[in-house]
Amino acid sequence: MNHKNKMMMLLSSAALAIFAVLQAGQVVAAGAAGADKPLMLAEVSAANIFNRNLKKQKNPNAPPWEDGIHDTTNEATFNLQPPLEAYKGLPKTSFGNHVDWVKALDQGLIKPRWDRLDSNEEPFVMDLDIVRPVKASVPDVVFPHRQHTEWLFCSNCHPAIFIPQKGANQINMSAILLGKKCGVCHGKVSFPIETKTCKKCHSKPKPADWKPPLSEATLKNPWK
Amino acid sequence: MALKNERDFAFKSLLLGVLLTLGLMGVSQQSKAEYADVVINNYADAAGMRPAVFPHWFHRIRFRCKVCHADLGFKFKAGGNKITMAKIIDGQFCGACHNGEVAWSVENCAMCHSGIPGTPTHFHGSTLQRLVAPAYKPLDAKKASKK
Ligand code: HEC
Ligand code: HEC
Ligand code: HEC
Ligand code: HEC
Ligand code: HEC
Ligand code: HEC
Repeated sequence: MNHKNKMMMLLSSAALAIFAVLQAGQVVAAGAAGADKPLMLAEVSAANIFNRNLKKQKNPNAPPWEDGIHDTTNEATFNLQPPLEAYKGLPKTSFGNHVDWVKALDQGLIKPRWDRLDSNEEPFVMDLDIVRPVKASVPDVVFPHRQHTEWLFCSNCHPAIFIPQKGANQINMSAILLGKKCGVCHGKVSFPIETKTCKKCHSKPKPADWKPPLSEATLKNPWK
Repeated sequence: MALKNERDFAFKSLLLGVLLTLGLMGVSQQSKAEYADVVINNYADAAGMRPAVFPHWFHRIRFRCKVCHADLGFKFKAGGNKITMAKIIDGQFCGACHNGEVAWSVENCAMCHSGIPGTPTHFHGSTLQRLVAPAYKPLDAKKASKK
């Protein structure tokens, strides 16, 4: 080790030592200042936050310059349209874009083109409901082709996402939540998967005499 | 070499602090952007441009999904279309409309390239992000710790 290096080490260790002393000093000072008050804060775990894992949506439909993904040092950011300006007069929901896109379209409040250039071309709408019975206690799922074919073409779903045959596709909630099957669009662009939207898909009530099937572990439970 | 370790430790805690702050900022930002906004940043950052931001809400007022996802061939995958400016000026992807005929032309770079530099390619407000263990955060953390 050469002289220079040693000097550097000495200097930096001195700096560290001073830093440590300063920090200790602060703690002492804080203790002295609060001598007449009970010292509590430091003894309670900061982990005990109410709703530890709750993610609240702050400021929905924020304008681009406040939304946290647009760069405010870019002047053009301020030329972009704030969503709320465009959503004026459209039917509201409390999730996703906070707009009911199906109603907005059905009521003719928006007229998105079906063709890139020709604003008169009409979509190929197919009105066919597919009912998917669900083993769990939630209402059965009704998949409506009508609302989907207003926006999408058959080839957007068939055959890559769904084989076009009733009951031929294995679908469950875990797949949907991970962005497969219905979750390719729902939870990304179409309405999201949250408590307020369960019944949009789970829309067919179970028969009055329906009871949840008992699990095998319950049926065979020797302690019963 | 206790000293070196100490310096290392100080540096690491600083780094950790910076990463944590960035992480927290990231979390709070996630919940504010408009649902279904896509940040596309496969190449932009590396070429010194801000990432592109594609607003679904704005376009779906004007076009059905079919126009982009069937006719123009956009795959249902953020960052999965390998969009480049060469393709755009040849009339593919965004260039099918942003050509001065259907919509304003490509010289308005900053209208599309408006994202905060360094934002990774991703979908805003997705259900996956809202899960208590979001899928893209750990990926991010892994990337950060490699640096
Ligand atoms: C099917 C046609 C079409 C395609 C494809 C398209 N756009 Fe657009 N875009 C439009 C139209 C039309 C407008 C509105 C233009 C106007 O206001 O004059 C627009 C406007 C925009 C705006 C401005 C929104 C605002 O707030 O005013 C942005 C940003 C944008 N497009 C980005 C993109 C990006 C990025 C892509 C490719 C990933 C893309 N667009 C692909 C048609 C398209
Ligand atoms: C959003 C996705 C989506 C779109 C778009 C879509 N389908 Fe389907 N389709 C489905 C699903 C989901 C099923 C049910 C599959 C199942 O039960 O496993 C289905 C089932 C079908 C079936 C089988 C019906 C039966 O009784 O066996 C046919 C036929 C069909 N679709 C035709 C079409 C046609 C034609 C179009 C375009 C006009 C179209 N679909 C558009 C998702 C879609
Ligand atoms: C390719 C994309 C795509 C897939 C896959 C898809 N959807 Fe949709 N879905 C849409 C779009 C777009 C709408 C229009 C409303 C919106 O965007 O929120 C819609 C609307 C709906 C509606 C109508 C809501 C209303 O207000 O009338 C129901 C119900 C629905 N989807 C259920 C399903 C189910 C169940 C599946 C899976 C079997 C599924 N969707 C798969 C794109 C999709
Ligand atoms: C986009 C449509 C859609 C939404 C929204 C939705 N589900 Fe489902 N769910 C389905 C489909 C499709 C199935 C599979 C039905 C089958 O077995 O064919 C299913 C199945 C289920 C099952 C049975 C177990 C399983 O995983 O198959 C439960 C329980 C369930 N959903 C609960 C919920 C709850 C709770 C919500 C609200 C947070 C919800 N679902 C929202 C479409 C949806
Ligand atoms: C209509 C929207 C749009 C406009 C306008 C636009 N870009 Fe892009 N640009 C994109 C998208 C989308 C990408 C892909 C981003 C990625 O994956 O990193 C991209 C990628 C790039 C890239 C990196 C990939 C490559 O092709 O080398 C550069 C550099 C770039 N743009 C520069 C520009 C410049 C300079 C302008 C103005 C002359 C411009 N862009 C205008 C949408 C646009
Ligand atoms: C103007 C063109 C345009 C329209 C209209 C459009 N999209 Fe997109 N979509 C895009 C672009 C661009 C991307 C991002 C692709 C990329 O990053 O390469 C995308 C990505 C997606 C993804 C991928 C999400 C993921 O998992 O990464 C889904 C799902 C999607 N769009 C659904 C829809 C639905 C549903 C509609 C109609 C309500 C729609 N899009 C309308 C251009 C469009």
